[in-house]
Amino acid sequence: MSIELLAFYFFAFFAVLGALLVISLRNPVHAVLSLVLTFFSMASIWMLLRAEFLALVLIVVYVGAVMVLFLFVVMMLDIKVAAAREGFIRYLPVGIGVAAVMLAEMVALLGVRAMHVAPPPSAAVMGGQANVVWIGRALYTEYLLPFELAAMILTVGIVAAVALTLRRRPGVRHQDAARQVAVSAHERVRLVSMPAERGGNGAQP
Amino acid sequence: MISLAHFIVLGAVLFCIAVAGIFINRKNVIVLLMAIELMLLAVNTNFIAFSRFFGDVSGQVFVFFILTVAAAESAIGLAILTLLFRNRRTINVAEFDDLRG
Repeated sequence: MSIELLAFYFFAFFAVLGALLVISLRNPVHAVLSLVLTFFSMASIWMLLRAEFLALVLIVVYVGAVMVLFLFVVMMLDIKVAAAREGFIRYLPVGIGVAAVMLAEMVALLGVRAMHVAPPPSAAVMGGQANVVWIGRALYTEYLLPFELAAMILTVGIVAAVALTLRRRPGVRHQDAARQVAVSAHERVRLVSMPAERGGNGAQP
Repeated sequence: MISLAHFIVLGAVLFCIAVAGIFINRKNVIVLLMAIELMLLAVNTNFIAFSRFFGDVSGQVFVFFILTVAAAESAIGLAILTLLFRNRRTINVAEFDDLRG
């Protein structure tokens, strides 16, 4: 058994363990943390597949940003754990049954027996380039338009997330900085011309 | 010897665990979102494994785009989740039945 295969079984064990904990843990915070364990293990497996760039992106973007977002939301919401667990036992046999049948079908359908092929040497696959160079060349030539569209999708995602969660509360007093800046002098001071008072008894000076 | 079958079976196992998670957790939207993330991870693993064994860069580029879309999707999903919780004070899927689906 080669060291590579040992490493694969090690990481795969923890990935599957983390995934099982995600769907079975009682506390959502713990579930998010075990999802982080799964992502880390899968990033290591992607390293075994010589996809260094994507493995690091998975750790930086997913573990660093998306999972922290999940943690924020889970901690912000006041979730009653007991209520969120109703029906767990009831649906457990169905879930396990469907998953087992699906796994058997997938393994049979994909023809896993025919896939016992050794990986080609990585230098030959990537044309002697580093993984980042390999992906970068494809991304900035052949896939340039989809790459720009991905940036558009992220922008739309930001705008949508902000627009959804923005809360307008009526009746709250606050300064409107834009109107304060845009104000002009004649809105503040009004010069009126009045006729002078005629002298009379009891008139103020 | 490590072979393509190892990675494909690992992806299938992760995907089926995520499907089981969707079946089991009928009450908790957050776990449903996490199960979807798990499914995307399994699919990405298949893409990368085929990319490595067939020597085609397109698989890894696809994974790049899937990660982008998944990040946007989870951001919007969590925004909707906070909105739902703010209006309904619950994340129980069974109580979101306004559309009578």
